[in-house]
Amino acid sequence: MKDRLNREIIAMRVAKELQDGDVVNLGIGIPSLCSQFIPEGKTVIYHSESGVLNYGPMAEEGFEDQDLINASGQFLAPVDGMSFFSSSDAFAMIRGGHIDVTVLGALQVSKSGDLANWMIPSRGIGNVGGAMDLAVGAKKVIVAMEHNDKNGSSKIVNECSFPLTSKSCVSLIVTDIAVIQVVKSGLQLLECAPGWTKEDVQNETEVELIFEKGIKEFTL
Amino acid sequence: MNKVFNSFDEAVSDIPDNSTLMIDGFAGPGGTSQNLIAALRNLGSKNLTIISNTAGLASVIGFGTLPGQTPVDIGVLVENNQVKKVIASFPVSPSPSRPTAFEKAYAKHEVELELVPQGTLAERIRAGGAGIPAFFTPTGVDTRVSEGKEIREFNGKKYVLETALKADFALIRAYQSDRLGNLVYKGTSKNFNSVMVTAATISIVEVDKIVETGAIESALIDTPLLYVDRIVEIKENNER
Repeated sequence: MKDRLNREIIAMRVAKELQDGDVVNLGIGIPSLCSQFIPEGKTVIYHSESGVLNYGPMAEEGFEDQDLINASGQFLAPVDGMSFFSSSDAFAMIRGGHIDVTVLGALQVSKSGDLANWMIPSRGIGNVGGAMDLAVGAKKVIVAMEHNDKNGSSKIVNECSFPLTSKSCVSLIVTDIAVIQVVKSGLQLLECAPGWTKEDVQNETEVELIFEKGIKEFTL
Repeated sequence: MNKVFNSFDEAVSDIPDNSTLMIDGFAGPGGTSQNLIAALRNLGSKNLTIISNTAGLASVIGFGTLPGQTPVDIGVLVENNQVKKVIASFPVSPSPSRPTAFEKAYAKHEVELELVPQGTLAERIRAGGAGIPAFFTPTGVDTRVSEGKEIREFNGKKYVLETALKADFALIRAYQSDRLGNLVYKGTSKNFNSVMVTAATISIVEVDKIVETGAIESALIDTPLLYVDRIVEIKENNER
């Protein structure tokens, strides 16, 4: 078995995509780790549906405040320049095109960039939360997830079989074995994890990937 | 005009069976009207429709819960068989192995659910308070949540028609109120609270502190007094 990258490394690779000055919303799970890995010299402004902009580090133990949380339920440290607002404002920012990038987890992503991330059909119920709003509203949607599910099935699929979050919204997929870009003609492999060839990645992927020249090893 | 009530029980005493309520909070105990929820649990009104972001998470998974806290949330109303229907965006626990009271009741078909994307939920409530009967949003197009709803194109993009939400009562937690009912919220505990307070016939607000009128600087008031009908101060011995 080839080594797969851990959640922190996935988050580190996603963080490389964030540009100086971007307003960014991070979803629950792997995405929430990205804020730890912003390169020095870049300023990224974090937004959360709980009604806060420009939050920074998490609160230190013993200094948690129940009135200062992000949408993942993490306690935030108070920092200068953060602002608070209502849910209707939080989502006006999202739908109104004021968020540059959102990083979301996924259950399935399709060949055409459809996203399914809110419900496993066997459970019969799920949490939509802010995912549908973020998927349609953010200028760029990056998915950060494990490439395969617990049974080894590809989460990158020709058609999503799980209930959709939004159609054709994903632009980049970062997994524990590859970085894949959604292009007009399908999914283009950009990078493979160390030790993985493009054929190895293809073997784990339901969708036939597009190989252009210049596929690289994961760069961090 | 006296909006100040002396007890939570008194403030909720006229909530009848079959009411529609907006209950505040994002997911954790912060900004959740725990004392009013507990009073409504004691009152026992049945067949309630609850509009809220979650269907009660804090008591089960400790979402945003401080060490040693035992939060009260919508879960206690569900457990007490008071709830007919929940309209929410995040109704169940993120971890299926720790189901909430709501998920257990839902599995037994004891409660109904209307699942609404969070931004659509907030905007439906805002619209309810602002006299807008319906609006078009891009959120949820081509998904389950837009099934059966009108879709219309504007500038080549598809939008779904969503209708406003209103309630008979809203249960709200704020940080401070003056004697007239002007409110301020604390930190991220403003989110749904400051929207819901506008969309109910009667808005009942529990606050950490009632201050003299004038003590809150006018420019810093989050909710102007006309939205607020009843105020109850959380006394030290009420602990939540």
